[in-house]
Amino acid sequence: MGARIEPVKTLAKPMGIAAFLLVVAFVLVPVLALLSRAETGGGGAAVWPAIRFTLVQASLSALISVGLAVPLAKALARRRFIGRGLMVSVLGAPFILPSIVAVLGLLAIWGRSGLFSDMLAHFGLGPLDIYGLKGVLLAHVFFNLPLATRMLLQGWQAVPSEHFRLAAQLNLAPRARFVLFDAPVLRGAAPSALLVIFMLCMSSFAVVLALGGGPKASTIELAIYQALRFEFDLASAAQLAIVQLGIGFAAAALAFHFGKAARFGGGLGAPVRNWDKRRLPMVLDAIFLLLAAIFIGLPLLAILAKGLAGLLVLPAGVWQAFLVSLAVALASTSLALGLALALTHLIETSRYGHMVELFSLLLLATSPFVIGTGLFILITPFASPFALALPITALVNAALALPLMLRILRPALGRVRHTYGQLAEGLGLAGWARFRLLTLPQIRSELGFATGLAAALSMGDLGVITLFAPPDVQTLPLLMYRLMGSYRMDAAAGVALVLVASSFGLFYIFDKGGRRAGA
Amino acid sequence: MNKFLFAAALCLPFGSVAAETLTVYTYDSFVADWGPGPQIKAAFEAECECTLQFVSAGDGAAVLARLRLEGVHTKADIVLGLDNSLIEQARALEIFSPLAAAPQGLALPVAWQDDTFLPYDWGYLAFVYDNTKHVKVPHSFEALAASDLSIVIEDPRTSTPGLGLVLWVKAAYGAGAEAIWRGLSDNIVTVPKGWSEAYGMFLAGEADMVLSYTTSPAYHLIAEGDPSKSAAEFSEGHYMQVEVAAKLAASKHQALADKFLAFVTSDAFQSVIPETNWMYPVTAVNVPEGFGQMITPTPVSGLLTVSDGARKAAVEEWVRALSQ
Repeated sequence: MGARIEPVKTLAKPMGIAAFLLVVAFVLVPVLALLSRAETGGGGAAVWPAIRFTLVQASLSALISVGLAVPLAKALARRRFIGRGLMVSVLGAPFILPSIVAVLGLLAIWGRSGLFSDMLAHFGLGPLDIYGLKGVLLAHVFFNLPLATRMLLQGWQAVPSEHFRLAAQLNLAPRARFVLFDAPVLRGAAPSALLVIFMLCMSSFAVVLALGGGPKASTIELAIYQALRFEFDLASAAQLAIVQLGIGFAAAALAFHFGKAARFGGGLGAPVRNWDKRRLPMVLDAIFLLLAAIFIGLPLLAILAKGLAGLLVLPAGVWQAFLVSLAVALASTSLALGLALALTHLIETSRYGHMVELFSLLLLATSPFVIGTGLFILITPFASPFALALPITALVNAALALPLMLRILRPALGRVRHTYGQLAEGLGLAGWARFRLLTLPQIRSELGFATGLAAALSMGDLGVITLFAPPDVQTLPLLMYRLMGSYRMDAAAGVALVLVASSFGLFYIFDKGGRRAGA
Repeated sequence: MNKFLFAAALCLPFGSVAAETLTVYTYDSFVADWGPGPQIKAAFEAECECTLQFVSAGDGAAVLARLRLEGVHTKADIVLGLDNSLIEQARALEIFSPLAAAPQGLALPVAWQDDTFLPYDWGYLAFVYDNTKHVKVPHSFEALAASDLSIVIEDPRTSTPGLGLVLWVKAAYGAGAEAIWRGLSDNIVTVPKGWSEAYGMFLAGEADMVLSYTTSPAYHLIAEGDPSKSAAEFSEGHYMQVEVAAKLAASKHQALADKFLAFVTSDAFQSVIPETNWMYPVTAVNVPEGFGQMITPTPVSGLLTVSDGARKAAVEEWVRALSQ
């Protein structure tokens, strides 16, 4: 690195450390706050069945999502067809749906009076019964298959197109191509995708109850909610939160152990062309793409159809709620982006980078209820939590989006450093100039995707605002739930459509902005 | 902040006395634009020369959880929105003070004697169905369990109607409750988190019946002109949900709080309830015509309030019965 001292570099390290301290605070402080106020010893409920079911459903959800994402991402990576850009964008949509909207959309297709059940009825066959573990998995795969696909797709896109051309010129056998390209890509991206989806599904709760069919399908997160809401057993809630963090830590350690970043070296950035003209893989790819489009697309269309009628009966407060949601989303996205860049810098340069990264991922294993309640306990003695509802919501949303952004940005930054780092140092390119001229153009696709996800997630998140919001402040998700709570299902569907459209719009703007280079 | 308070205190004796603010904690749907909140605020402020401020949290259980979290820092003067399943839990906190005067003109189906918690509306839990699809429906839990009708119920671990159902079955069958639940297990399609999810799934056609209220059909009839929903009357009697208000002992606005609690049983408050909260008023005030077409079951015997231990035991029994 030489003796040259760059002003930005000296600032980057403290910022990274500050960001990490904030992460540590978010993971630990709410649990400690709960324990500080606990009146009992906790440990009352029989939680083993809940832990077992949580592990089973989260592992299966992650394995199925990533398993199906492999052929889908590969097809998207090597084929060029009309509508491909749209499909890659729409893959962002299910992930950002509020859970109840997604459940009703899925039921319109897979439910007992859904599309498929109606079709079966024509042949005298009984309605589909998706409730139970299979329903939970269906919903989790619907949410996360697209996310897994995008994460794997980023991996394949890191292979320079010249490699594929060379492979075609050499007429490499499929097995050789697999060893040279697919295996390293999967080794780099799959553990990461598995980990993220496992953690997301671990803290899923409303979806599990809605489709789980009964108390056999109970998760740790449900037990936390029950302890906080009904039993006011803060000690048990804290213990359950610690169990969840422990599982998250083990999963992250496992994924880190097996993951290995793929290194392909640099290319000229030429657009990918499909050099593989064999017929069978082409047909298979087409089938996979079609099935995925149906699986993802039909529930989205059902949500659209339901919401269109509701647009006629939108309540008065909807545009104000839209503006509030938008402001919160933009604030939390900027914050998350700043934190993510500061943290990635720390992870790349610090000797303890691995620990920093692992700990940051634990944010995914935190419970929004625990964070919300913990913050509430901490703030109440000093200020009115209601006055701070929106800043707190933005902050918590940023913290929850952070680990996802890290998982998406880190491989890209590693790739840039590995490929161009020596060249940049040889040229004395460092600090802000290096970031602007070298790093930013190279990671813009990942940056757009990560930022878009953070923005959309914050827009659609109900999360902590329910705990803090005064009646005159409402976000779109809050308005939707308030409508549903008073029989106004049509208006709620209309608001849901506004919410989904604006979340997706935000996602699209950022994501498309990142992919403008033609990736 | 302190400086500001000091300045404000100095000004008080000279300027006009600032209007008092009464802070009422309640649940979300009470304060929605279409809920009772706005009308009640306008009516009370017209006669009290004060400001009525609602603060809302999810549902009744969330309101109680928030009070416990805030402890001595709470800004609440009044809590409005706990129901009878939460009363004993709330009473044990010893933060409420007794009512200044015994409520006048209560006309509930059962005698109400509580010196602290004042009822402001009530309703019966019931299974609601689509009468264009089903004409003959069961009239007891046993008949429901024997039928092949599908039902959606709310989770008693996360929602008050779900908890009410568990207490209902317990009150009706006592030691036989677990057997009833085992019998019902093949009727239950799924057990979502709360009323909104359950009712939404029912309207989407996922089940023949949903656990809701006897007054739910009145909403469809009056607000949507849709007579297709009915509630099934059960011979065991129905679980009565009574929603109550109470005064915080630590409130700095005791007189105003008493005034508000007296207002709760006035016609101005009670006449707003039916068509905004879709529940019955607690006094003999007139109800809209559509309410006359609703079934009028008898309350299940015993059990209006429930101890913490009995509640936990009933929920654990429910989990056990449905986990086999």
